[in-house]
Amino acid sequence: MSDAPNPSSTRYPAGGDAFPHKDLIGIAPLAPWEIHYLLDEAEQWVALNRQPAKHADALAGLTIINAFFENSTRTLLSFEIAGKRLGADVVNMHAAQSSVKKGETLIDTATTLNAMRADAIVIRHSSSGAVQLIADKVDCPVLNAGDGQHEHPTQALLDALTMRFWLRSDSCPLSDEFAKLKIAICGDIMHSRVARSNILLLTTLGAEVRVCAPPALMPAAIEHMKVTPFSDFNAAIDGVDVVMMLRLQNERMAGPFIPSAREYRHLFGLTPERLKRAAPHALVMHPGPMNRGVEIDSSVADMLERSAITRQVEMGVALRMACLDVVTRRARGVEGWNSL
Amino acid sequence: MIPREPLIITGGKLLTGSGAPSAGSIRCEGDRIVAAGEVEAQPGDRTHDARGKIVMPGIIDLGVFEIDKPAFHFGGITRAALMPDQNPPLDYPARVRFAASYGKPDLWVHPIAAATRGLAGSELPELGLMQEAGARAVSSGRQWLGDSGIMLRMMQYAAMLGLPVISHAEDAGLTGGAVATAGEMATRLGLPSAPAEAESLAIMRDIALAEMAGAHLHIRQVTTAAGLDLVRAAKARGVRLTCGVTPAYFMLSDIATAGFLTFTRLSPPLRSEADRLAVRIALADGTIDTIASGHDPRGPEDKRLPFVDAAPGMAGAETLLPLTLSLVRDGVIDMARMCELLCVNPARILGVEAGRLEAGLEADIAVIDPDRPWIVDSDRMEAQAGNTPFDKQPVQGRAIALFKGGQKIEG
Repeated sequence: MSDAPNPSSTRYPAGGDAFPHKDLIGIAPLAPWEIHYLLDEAEQWVALNRQPAKHADALAGLTIINAFFENSTRTLLSFEIAGKRLGADVVNMHAAQSSVKKGETLIDTATTLNAMRADAIVIRHSSSGAVQLIADKVDCPVLNAGDGQHEHPTQALLDALTMRFWLRSDSCPLSDEFAKLKIAICGDIMHSRVARSNILLLTTLGAEVRVCAPPALMPAAIEHMKVTPFSDFNAAIDGVDVVMMLRLQNERMAGPFIPSAREYRHLFGLTPERLKRAAPHALVMHPGPMNRGVEIDSSVADMLERSAITRQVEMGVALRMACLDVVTRRARGVEGWNSL
Repeated sequence: MIPREPLIITGGKLLTGSGAPSAGSIRCEGDRIVAAGEVEAQPGDRTHDARGKIVMPGIIDLGVFEIDKPAFHFGGITRAALMPDQNPPLDYPARVRFAASYGKPDLWVHPIAAATRGLAGSELPELGLMQEAGARAVSSGRQWLGDSGIMLRMMQYAAMLGLPVISHAEDAGLTGGAVATAGEMATRLGLPSAPAEAESLAIMRDIALAEMAGAHLHIRQVTTAAGLDLVRAAKARGVRLTCGVTPAYFMLSDIATAGFLTFTRLSPPLRSEADRLAVRIALADGTIDTIASGHDPRGPEDKRLPFVDAAPGMAGAETLLPLTLSLVRDGVIDMARMCELLCVNPARILGVEAGRLEAGLEADIAVIDPDRPWIVDSDRMEAQAGNTPFDKQPVQGRAIALFKGGQKIEG
């Protein structure tokens, strides 16, 4: 009998070498068992992060470069803390400080970073595909911290980790299975890499996913990604287990996509009244930063018993620790991790 | 001028531009064809033995963005219509005159005048003077001319001068900063996209304006099923309308953009598989009149970038013939139709005395081996850059001898 993992299975082989990718560019290339593997790995770091002494030495001596060509606060901080808690030397490179401003091409920048012998590079860029472009040019693992409107895999993974913790908690009446979840992702689907990665991840794990947006913010042929599109928010969240709200990404919009924030809130804002349409136990999520009073009311965002928004941030650090740990194992010579 | 002996090309199958290939010879004196068919060599003639291969008119490439002689000659191209998007644009008679003289004697460039000054879309340029300087058509270039009033007046002026108007059919209001066609692939890749209807909307408007102006409208690239239906209907009611396409749109669909391959970043963007098949049908039924290369070589500075930031365009001159021949092999078109698409119709649209193997016309002749296999290699192209989406693809067919004005081009 072959030891090769079954791609459709959520079970992964014992004995290491369970992540056969050099990089983490997106959710699209991941099999269900690879997603579960990363989530399982993250759980140990959740436990560590809840202790007073939050230090491990798994990545001691390694250099991780966070190359952020697009502004970010929480993702950059999350990756930085993740690297440092694992003992790595973490260097942050902001676009404003980089040679990109002097006209250097992205590939030249990648070559430069490669020559500095980084052990992992975390990249955020405003152009879809930019992270893949760099990953093709460097030897070390590359992690995508968001590329344009394409993917934001660690956000989807941390969202899944948040959901899994919730599913396993006493406060959740559901069984511990993604395949039985009904999830509504609502907001600016068009411009959201978070939406794409979450759609890919959740449908890969068998969840029922609904997406809801004004027609101008709904990408074409989205139904081909195994989701059901809605433009009626009330119908979209009817009976769902998870409501995932997205930020209006005004900075990515060329021209007017909605008449006003006031009207948007009226039709697509998550208010306490609207949340009553979801299942009584429904979890509220938002990747942040939030436009309070636009896509989500503060009274919902701050609901202690329903909102997982701060929990998502907590899971983010642990999940990124897991990703940094896993993608560097091969280079670190961890036993059982063969060369690709 | 060096006196030249008459030339006779023997032993080939003549693809004259009217009908299927047939055995025969072709005789040229000076820069003109004097006889084609059952022709005997005369004492003193230079003889070229075509060795059973196809002898056809030199290809007339209707709409290139760069004068790239080695690539054109490799591809069997003897004349190229140069788009006005140059630096500076072809919006002034002296620039047109310079462009028209640029490739001579072994390549003739037919400049296409800018439809507006600086291609800025607001002022009419001196179309009449540019025509006298050598312009064979007028075009808004890569851009959609959004102001319908200016488009109409430009068309009226062009109609008066007998210049065809070559339009770029993409409604810019819909396309905005799009780099892909709206659909599953663009959605999965997270690429800014525009609906394919941007093309049909633009075609509808341009046909309406051309009918009002009485102008000959040539839509450089029609790439969607809806757009082709509009062209079909307009032609049926007698509008002076022609249209073209480039090989990417009958060979590739938006699936080719997977992996963010910037060599597949084109304008208009690659369409759906259904649209690709519609283009093939339109090539077969005569709706499409021309196949051009859209030759637009782009170096790594323009292409080694994220997909969204990369410049659109492909180096197409070398692959124009083999990719069109693939339609013949697939049974979509026959050899005679291929000759119409590459030679006869472009010559007719530009109003040049070429494009056929006929007595009195310019002796622009390509001898091609339609079966010769070769592999497209972006690293080893004759073009100024190797940005082809067909990189590493095996193809068949290439020019093995080329004559411009009766003179053999040594390559």
